[in-house]
Amino acid sequence: MKFPDFLVTKLDWVANLARANSLWPMPFATACCGIELMATAASRYDIARFGSEAMRFSPRQCDLMLVAGRVVMKMIPVLQRIWLQMPEPKWCISMGACASSGGVFDTYAVVQGIDRFIPVDVYVPGCPPRPEQLIRAVLDLQEKVKATGTANAREFTARTVYAGPTSLLKQIDPEQTMVVPGDYNTASRSRS
Amino acid sequence: MPDVQQLLAEKFGDAVKRSAFRDNVRYIVATDRLIDVMTVLKSAGFDYLSDIAGIDYLHYPDATDRYGVVYSLANTETAERVYVRVFVNDPDPHVSSVYSIWKGADWMEREVFDMYGIVFDGHPDLRRILMPDGFTSYPLRKDYPLRGRGERHNFQIVTRAES
Repeated sequence: MKFPDFLVTKLDWVANLARANSLWPMPFATACCGIELMATAASRYDIARFGSEAMRFSPRQCDLMLVAGRVVMKMIPVLQRIWLQMPEPKWCISMGACASSGGVFDTYAVVQGIDRFIPVDVYVPGCPPRPEQLIRAVLDLQEKVKATGTANAREFTARTVYAGPTSLLKQIDPEQTMVVPGDYNTASRSRS
Repeated sequence: MPDVQQLLAEKFGDAVKRSAFRDNVRYIVATDRLIDVMTVLKSAGFDYLSDIAGIDYLHYPDATDRYGVVYSLANTETAERVYVRVFVNDPDPHVSSVYSIWKGADWMEREVFDMYGIVFDGHPDLRRILMPDGFTSYPLRKDYPLRGRGERHNFQIVTRAES
C-alpha cells in the first residue's frame, strides 16, 4: 500500500510540535552569561513555561546546546566533543557577545565566535543578554524547529557551517602597547 | 638571625647587587649563582617561595637583557619579603630550576616556561601548563602579536553534515 503525501506532512508536524516544546538544554556556561542563564531557569523568568526547563549536564540526554560565555581555544575540542556526543536532532544557541563573536576578548587564546567551529542556529546579542532575550531566542528556535524540522531529522544533512565574520580592527604595533615609565608631570606615555 | 644583606655580600661579593625602595628589597643575582644564593636565603629564614614571574624587556628603555625571572621570597616568621631577580638572554634562555629547594616551584616554573620560553634546567617535568600542548609560540613575549599567529583558527571544524 502506498502512503498518501499528507500523512507524512502531518507526521512532521506532530514530531516538530513535540520537539519544539520540550527542548532539553545542555548548559555550556563558561562566564557571566551563565548567571543570566541560571536566572532564566529560576522562578522569576521561568523557562519552564516554554518547555525548556530540563537542564541536563550530560550531553547524551540533551538536544539543545546553550553556549553561554567566552570559549578559549583549549576548550574548543571539549566543546566539539560534547556537541558530537549529543544525539540527533540537536540545535545550538550561541548566547552573548563572547560566544557569538569573541566579544571584547580579541586575543590569541579566545575563539572569535563558536560558529567557526560548530554549527549555530540562534545568536543572542548582549553582554550578557537579559533573560527575556534568551527566552526570545528559545521561542525563535521553536519557530525554526517547527518550520524546518522533518520527522526523521534529515533537515540537517544539507546544512553546513557558517564561516563567521572577519575582524575589522587593526593590529596594534607592539611598541604602541608597551607601558613604560612615563612622564608623570604630563601623564604621557613617552619619555622626554 | 644574621643580617641577610651582609651575609650575601660576604659570600657572593659582586655576584649579588642590592637595591631597595622603602621596604621593598631586591637582589639582582648573576644567573649562574642563583641556586647558591637561594640556598643561603632559605637557610637565612626566607623559607617560602610565593611566586615566580617572567619579564620580557624588549623595547624597554635602558634595558640591557632580554628576559628577567623574578622570585618572590617570604619569611614566614617575620613576614619580610625579598625579590630575587636574574636576567637571561636569547637565544636559548635558560636558568637553573629551584625545584630542588622548593617543591612548589614546579608549576610556577612551568608557567614561566609556557609564557616566555625560558627553560629551567633541572626541572623534573617541564611541559606547558596553560596553553594547549600543540601550541608553538610563547604568548607573553613582547614580539608575539596580540591576536596570535593564527593558532586559534587552526582547529578542526565540525559541520552540521558530519555531526
